[in-house]
Amino acid sequence: MGYVAVKGGTVAIEASIKRLKYERLKSEEIIEINTIKYTMRAMVDQVISESSLYSPFLAALSIKQAEGSMEEAVFLMRAHRSTLPRLYYSQTVKSESMLMERRISASFKDIPGGQLLGPTYDYTHRLLDFDLTEENAEENEQWLQDYKKGLESIVVSDDVQYFPKVVNYLREEGLFEEYEADNTPPIDITKESIQFPASRSARLQVLTRGQTGAVTSLGYASLRGYGQVHPTVGEVRVGSLPIHIEHPNEMEQDAEDNFYIGDFKVTEVESFVPVTVKNDNNDDEMEFEIGYGICYGQNETKAIAMSILDQCLEHPESNFPTHDEEFVLLHIDSVESTGFISHLKLPHYVTFQSKLDSIRQIKKGVQEVEN
Amino acid sequence: MKTKTHFAFFDEGSKKEIRRAILKAVAIPGYQVPFASREMPIARGWGTGGLQITLSIIGKQDVLKVIDQGADESVNAVSIKKLVNETTGVELTERTQDASLIQSRHRIPEVPLSSDQILVLQVPMPEPLRDVEASEYVTKRLHSEDEYSGAWLMLFEQIMKYGKTATDADHPVYVNNRYVMAPSPIPRFDNPKMHQSEALILLGAGREKKIYAVPPYTDVESLAFEDYPFTVESFEGQHCHLCGETDVFMDELIDPDTGETIYQCNDTSYCMERLNKIGKAEVESSHA
Repeated sequence: MGYVAVKGGTVAIEASIKRLKYERLKSEEIIEINTIKYTMRAMVDQVISESSLYSPFLAALSIKQAEGSMEEAVFLMRAHRSTLPRLYYSQTVKSESMLMERRISASFKDIPGGQLLGPTYDYTHRLLDFDLTEENAEENEQWLQDYKKGLESIVVSDDVQYFPKVVNYLREEGLFEEYEADNTPPIDITKESIQFPASRSARLQVLTRGQTGAVTSLGYASLRGYGQVHPTVGEVRVGSLPIHIEHPNEMEQDAEDNFYIGDFKVTEVESFVPVTVKNDNNDDEMEFEIGYGICYGQNETKAIAMSILDQCLEHPESNFPTHDEEFVLLHIDSVESTGFISHLKLPHYVTFQSKLDSIRQIKKGVQEVEN
Repeated sequence: MKTKTHFAFFDEGSKKEIRRAILKAVAIPGYQVPFASREMPIARGWGTGGLQITLSIIGKQDVLKVIDQGADESVNAVSIKKLVNETTGVELTERTQDASLIQSRHRIPEVPLSSDQILVLQVPMPEPLRDVEASEYVTKRLHSEDEYSGAWLMLFEQIMKYGKTATDADHPVYVNNRYVMAPSPIPRFDNPKMHQSEALILLGAGREKKIYAVPPYTDVESLAFEDYPFTVESFEGQHCHLCGETDVFMDELIDPDTGETIYQCNDTSYCMERLNKIGKAEVESSHA
């Protein structure tokens, strides 16, 4: 008989969990959480982005516990998140105040402020580096010293330089429509369930929490033909943003009194999407619109894909699945999709028995008619 | 950085939100109340909706029973029980009569429930109209307009195709003559147990973010036509090979020795209790 109705299920589960631990420990190698946190940056960033819990340390812990499985690590983080009281909402972040690490534009060579490549794999050759097999602390230190020495000649400015948005420059030229800032308080999809049609704030929240692979795939699908959005990347920025909260008890709120509670690294993307609009004479005209993507950490592909999907969902009239907000938003969440797929491993004896009964009754009926 | 889990896992704010959704669900029988489903330490689709209800209503004095596929000892039931017990310390039981709170996947216990008990059902697909309408936006409107022809048509089409209705588990029900509700994938056999139930029945769908309820003494009617009445799974002529019971939902098993099909009570605690009773009677009669 199966693994359901047998007495002793508890013992079997315990043995299974023990065996799992054995698999992690059996080689007698131990990875430090800090080693993951500092050397598996891409993985940590992906986990904090999908779990929407900004804690590189906890992300590293979850990666260790999950033996590197992304879906498990995100799952652990999200569950932990459910135990945390949510005390404050932060003040609106102005992304112009980003301390930039990387900023590129695929639309213009000469963007105001210039392009800043920063750390990226984009221009590396994907050749296995066998030197890494013999990496050692002394050589690393030497390399770091040399690197710092190379930077000594650079004169540090006393002013903090903020980079203007590329799109603002284009707006001034009249290529983009000016919109009133929408200051409606965003809905919090972790405290209210999403309703359709969804507001843009809800859509962006679901997209930014989405599973990196799923968001990328659907963005790709739109680009390839199952959608009508093919953007040019206006600006990709990676950097850190400061977070402020209001004084919780003061009646009179003054921006000066806000508390700075830390900063967090994000990837922000603005894509330029040509769309056809009807002008006053009912003629077709081309215009640019913006697709927006933002997520925790450095996850550029995901943020760009998000910007495509944002623009897709702004135009729901199309027949393409990537333009259907229920299709996109209800299926890209890591915890939801992997959870429901994996539930198929649970026993289904009762429902199957019921289905069996139904099929038998029908077959019986058919035979009676034939006779 | 060691942290201790809060009583019943959630922070108090989350529990309060879920309890509010439950209150609304009780006030509008069968209506699917959207709620902000929290991510749980067990996977979506493994009973997170039921678990969220259980954790937000459980108190220290409660006695909990968890069933999966009719069994208290099934892996998922054990795992859920363990989690609730670890975070609350409440007493666990397998006896249906002793439980104040029963969380179940796919079954309503054979022992009739009483007015001081709450049954929490785990629901994978709360939307009874999903088969006929994929869009959540549209189904919500259909519910509000009491427009259930899609569900009736589904049954009608089955009759046209197969000569009878051919639903299996999760046969839709009318609650309080207003909302059509998915009763969670309980077998048709259990549908009648919801009608005028003494116990409060709460249904939670974690992944789909819905909570709904059948309050005590509420009419629950399985969808059917007058000339094609609702029928439950048939175990006619069969009896449990362990306890001899006849009028219960049974699992179909193959006897490993003879290769014949044998039947066994699906509700394992019910079967166990009957066996104990029979055993006790035998012992007593042999003493006499």
